[in-house]
Amino acid sequence: MSSTVIRSHGQGAKNQEPGARVREGEAPAEPRVEGSVLRVQDTTPAAIADSNRQVLSTQYSVHSAHSAKTVRSATPQSSLRTPQSSLLAAKKLEKSYRKGRLEVPVLKGVDFAVRPGEFVAIVGQSGSGKSTLLHLLGTLDAPDSGEIHFEGNRIDNLPASGRDVLRNKYFGMIFQFYHLLPELTMLENVLAPIMIRFGIWNYFWKRREHVERAKQLLDMVGLSHRLTHKPRELSGGEMQRTAIARALIAQPKLLLADEPTGNLDQQTGGEILAILKQLHRAQGLTILMVTHDPAIARQADRVVRLVEGKVAA
Amino acid sequence: MYKLLLSWRYLRTRYIALASIISVTLGVGTLIVVNSVMAGFSHEMHIRLHGILSDIIFEAHSQDGMENVEELITEIRKVVGDELVGVTAAVHVPAMININYHGQMQPRQVNLIGVDEATYAEVSDFSQYLMHPENRSKFDFLLRESGWGDDEHAIPPSGWPYRRLKANYEREQELQRRMLQNATGEAPAGPGELAEHPQPGTLPLAEGTGLATAPVDPFNQLKPQSAENVFNPEKDQYTGIILGIAMGSVRQRDARGKVRDVYLCRPGDDVQVAFASVGMPLPKILSENFTVVDFYESKMSEYDSGFAFIPLKAMQNSRGMGDAVTTIQLKLKTGADLNAVRDKLQARFPAEEFPFRIQTWRDMQGPLLAAVQMETTLLNILLFMIIAVAGFGILATFFMIVVEKTKDIGILKALGAPGRGVMSIFLGYGFSLGLVGSGVGMLGGLLFVTYINQIAKVVEWITGHEVFDPTVYYFSKIPTIVEPLTVASVVAGSVLIAVLASVLPALRAARLHPVEALRYE
Repeated sequence: MSSTVIRSHGQGAKNQEPGARVREGEAPAEPRVEGSVLRVQDTTPAAIADSNRQVLSTQYSVHSAHSAKTVRSATPQSSLRTPQSSLLAAKKLEKSYRKGRLEVPVLKGVDFAVRPGEFVAIVGQSGSGKSTLLHLLGTLDAPDSGEIHFEGNRIDNLPASGRDVLRNKYFGMIFQFYHLLPELTMLENVLAPIMIRFGIWNYFWKRREHVERAKQLLDMVGLSHRLTHKPRELSGGEMQRTAIARALIAQPKLLLADEPTGNLDQQTGGEILAILKQLHRAQGLTILMVTHDPAIARQADRVVRLVEGKVAA
Repeated sequence: MYKLLLSWRYLRTRYIALASIISVTLGVGTLIVVNSVMAGFSHEMHIRLHGILSDIIFEAHSQDGMENVEELITEIRKVVGDELVGVTAAVHVPAMININYHGQMQPRQVNLIGVDEATYAEVSDFSQYLMHPENRSKFDFLLRESGWGDDEHAIPPSGWPYRRLKANYEREQELQRRMLQNATGEAPAGPGELAEHPQPGTLPLAEGTGLATAPVDPFNQLKPQSAENVFNPEKDQYTGIILGIAMGSVRQRDARGKVRDVYLCRPGDDVQVAFASVGMPLPKILSENFTVVDFYESKMSEYDSGFAFIPLKAMQNSRGMGDAVTTIQLKLKTGADLNAVRDKLQARFPAEEFPFRIQTWRDMQGPLLAAVQMETTLLNILLFMIIAVAGFGILATFFMIVVEKTKDIGILKALGAPGRGVMSIFLGYGFSLGLVGSGVGMLGGLLFVTYINQIAKVVEWITGHEVFDPTVYYFSKIPTIVEPLTVASVVAGSVLIAVLASVLPALRAARLHPVEALRYE
């Protein structure tokens, strides 16, 4: 009963335009978020991070309240606010793909949480749905049903613009195939999230700062000599290290890594993993890594095993 | 920021897209060239059409013309006011000119115009088109000694020396002929016959040969034929006539392919003109001799082959029309609104009450001007269609680029770029492509226009054919006018087409699902 209700809600959130939802629920929610996002562009990066956290928190809470309103009557027992102890939490996540007329379920109710400062590895066979799970958690895709909470606020039903801001500022992502933009140099690739966040004037206003930080990050991953190279001129390991630098430039709260070593030889993969572990240890970065390799997964604090679309005990 | 950067990088790295806008470039270049040349042409045409016509023309319905010209002109001055610069009266009649060329009479159908030497130059640029430099500053109908011809028209020796030589030669020839006839005992041609029909080619013999004759002036024949009164072609001229250059000459290629003017007559020659006298219902045909005193070249073939000018007084006397004229021509200040003045005049002289119609020179040449306008419009439409076709090329190329860049779009979205941002990358890309394409096209077009004559020469050298055949066209250079507004609107139009063509692919890019885009290989 409850799952069907939530599903319908989830689908509704996915399909509706932001405006439509405002009409249905609380009026002030959307404009305030938009306004806040615009306002914070004038402040320093550190302040941006702080103020945005607040902005997003209020944003989430508004949405959660809204969700609570609509869902409460049907599922009074469902707790919509997760304890603050978890940074990212998935609740009863379901996702299936359509192949023609056939519906292939990939995730069948995944429940798990990542606490701040944790290094969690999700392992599973190919096709166990671990990449799909990561995409859902990274708000690249929307679940059929279930909820995702970030810092206690529901994020899976956010409008597209809210999810864009989330991905841009709070999540850093690295992929198996690095996914660097081939037209840009390494430095520009690292700066890409910053460029996406700021408009032309705001970017140029703080350009020196941003470039300085990007250089520091590239230096940290050992690529200070590759600033002006294009991705095709670099090796896989170098590309992945650039991708890590790119994921870190926005000072994210959570690093989502999708098979970061999957395309690399053992030694290079080990180097990448060492960087991730170093980040985790020295800066307390929360990392959620997906891998199929148990050996790599063992390096994490905690291993979550995904079997046939569910978290294995 | 990333939008600009990526648009710029795509522009610099996708050569196939640059290839797709070559048609935009060509279209823009061609449009600019065509518009410039057409503008140049129509400007030249306006100048030439206008050159001989004044601004506003009163045209009498009847060949007998209108009376009371002085009063009419006073009234016109009152109506038009300050804007009036000059007024002249003229007589236009259809006529036939016979030109004696190597003993054969070549007839030409012309519009014979009697003009007032004093005022005609005020209302039109006619005098500027005359061949003799002195006539350009102050023209009259008296034959000058010499001085015709310039770089464009090598008029053979003309004027009084030529006339004297010719008269002398013809007299000698006539003497020889008579001596021959006397020797063979044939009956000579009656001198009376010559006297009755003096022909410009076979000039009557001068006094002393006993065959002297007089011009058509009937009163002359009544007077005793004293040395002073006898017409002597070595010293006297008939009434002067100014012919269009295309009447007196034919432009031809000689055996070596060089373009040459063949002169049927030249200043100093006499021509015979036949025209109608006044008098309804049965006008008489009058034939008179005139002496060619100059040519004019307005470079408008319709005028150059169709108009001959004689003095107004001579025309009025010959036709017996008193002071009547058939046209009154007005010249207004530059920039005056011709149509407004015409309407004012039409209101003052309603067509129902007055036996003349009032037209501007544009009205008179309406069909020709409209045809040129129409041609320009049609060419513009056709060429813009070419650019529109290029737009579809851009559309197809852009779809391909969006497909090729699917993964990049996924990456951008994963990094938090909104759909709108991704869309504006491709719109910006389309915009910059259009800008580059039409910019290059504009530069090319302007360069082409600047060096169009040199290019014409190169084409001529390669193909062996003249682009602008000087036997057909009167100008040696292709006239061009670059109108900045036209250039700007052509460029803006094609940039707009490029942007419009990139809207659909950009929308598609914006709607790509990030996960599917990332998975795309």
